[in-house]
Amino acid sequence: MSDYRVLPGPEHFLPPAAASMGISLPNPGEAHINGVITSEDKAYEEAARQFLMAKVPTIFPGPLVLWAWNEKAAKKATAVRHLFNTLKECVQPGQKPMLIPMPDYRPKYPKINPEVEINPNHPNLTIWHNKIDCCMFIGVHCHQANLSLKIIRGGTSCYTIAMCAQAGHEDAMLSFRDASVEKIMRLADTVKRLKGTVQPRLTSAKNGASS
Amino acid sequence: MSKERIQISEALYDIMPSDYQDLVKSATYGKEDRGWKDIGTSKELIEQHSLCAGCPESMAFRYILASLPNPEDTVMVGSTGCTSLVFPMVAVHNIHSLFGNQNAIASGLKRALSVRFPGRVKDVVVLAGDGATVDIGLDMTLQAWFRQEKFTTICFDNELYANTGGQESGLMQKGFVAKMAPVGKLFDKVRLPEIARESGCHYVVNCTVSKPSLVEKVIRNAVHVAREIGPTYLQLYTPCILEIGKNSMEGLQEMRDSEKPTERFAYKEYISEPAKQLLAELAAKDKERKAAAKQLAGQASA
Ligand SMILES: Cc1ncc(C[n+]2csc(CCOP(=O)(O)OP(=O)(O)O)c2C)c(N)n1
Ligand code: SF4
Ligand SMILES: [Mg+2]
Repeated sequence: MSDYRVLPGPEHFLPPAAASMGISLPNPGEAHINGVITSEDKAYEEAARQFLMAKVPTIFPGPLVLWAWNEKAAKKATAVRHLFNTLKECVQPGQKPMLIPMPDYRPKYPKINPEVEINPNHPNLTIWHNKIDCCMFIGVHCHQANLSLKIIRGGTSCYTIAMCAQAGHEDAMLSFRDASVEKIMRLADTVKRLKGTVQPRLTSAKNGASS
Repeated sequence: MSKERIQISEALYDIMPSDYQDLVKSATYGKEDRGWKDIGTSKELIEQHSLCAGCPESMAFRYILASLPNPEDTVMVGSTGCTSLVFPMVAVHNIHSLFGNQNAIASGLKRALSVRFPGRVKDVVVLAGDGATVDIGLDMTLQAWFRQEKFTTICFDNELYANTGGQESGLMQKGFVAKMAPVGKLFDKVRLPEIARESGCHYVVNCTVSKPSLVEKVIRNAVHVAREIGPTYLQLYTPCILEIGKNSMEGLQEMRDSEKPTERFAYKEYISEPAKQLLAELAAKDKERKAAAKQLAGQASA
């Protein structure tokens, strides 16, 4: 097994793809934390803890849930909203959960508005602007998610979580696989259960993402 | 993608940036007689772009996007150049090709779309600069026409390589001196409209984009003829105001000056016999449809 660990950055201007460092993806029923394969149960706890610890815990829904391609997509969108509402209920004063969409993947020129959206080609702009220190990707196609997760790891100190509908993301610090409505709801339940048990990072000197 | 699938998930509607909400609410996808007159009353299929202020390419884009007869089932193919700065802001599926390769990509794409969606109308429209169409991509341009590929080629003719600072192109006028072509062009503007006709294009127009109604007409004709019969070509003058030393407000006048009867962008059109027949049929159907709609409106108000 590789000694490499997928940790919050900033790692390099261009960090290596975790796969090229020997990190492999979880099997069905598993997840990974920092590149180490773990049980899903542990991943729910850790993801919820990271959300509750963060100053600006953020969910980035991508095109696969933002657009109502089919009933399943619309249901996942409802679950994402539920998770966000749960986060809002469970954080302490001073924490600021956000829900910021990634409507599509085109390299938007001349600019994006980092207050209202995130673009996979320069996700760091949204992270820096909103001082996001923990984020979760959901509904983003694999290639674009990997690209974005790598850029975030390269240029920010943001903790990244992937709620991936396929085989998981080795470039995130924590990744689920085979995401479903049930899994999103279970993460929301875990956040609720851990409410009040996690100390937020509000007082630390270096909050938010660094540039 | 059909327009029915362009819907935002209800639970996340409020967080979508307003440009997407507007596209879903009031863009003219699926509207049968969409055209330039929708500009100002509906959401255009183009967002803020990074062309120079007043660049006629932006006018051309707006009129073309307003006039495409089937935008939800159209794929545009672009190439490198100033136009490629706009495509990321266009709400029609589009592919960026390697410089000059656009007509080769479009050939494969059109064929693949007809295999994948046999019962559905899928239009392919190439939109590239003169450098891409006439110089570096000439081989691909011509071969697609020889093969009778069923898509439209639009060339934004600004008579030089604008995006790289003003080099000479085949469509530049003889004697013209540009920033990066100080000797002056030694030979005549390539007669691509005539070459297009001889190469098998069924509908060819050479004009400026000074009149939105004209752009609408030629775009609709070109797309319909390409859909049913074979290749079509539009050469549109979109002067590079930056390189010819004009101000932002002077692009329109430059086009008006260049479309006078004796000038190089005087309206020129070639239509093959089968294309003439098709356009006549379409015009007749259109007339019928409008008369029926008028009658219906009359009955409703009576
Ligand atoms: C294969 C390749 N060769 C050269 C270039 C450099 N290049 C970029 S834009 C451009 C000129 C584009 O000119 P034109 O097609 O007339 O478009 P305009 O910018 O004038 O609209 C060139 C040569 C490139 N990107 N790719
Ligand atoms: S360089 Fe010329 S063609 Fe390109 S955007 Fe500017 S004015 Fe338009
Ligand atoms: Mg040009």
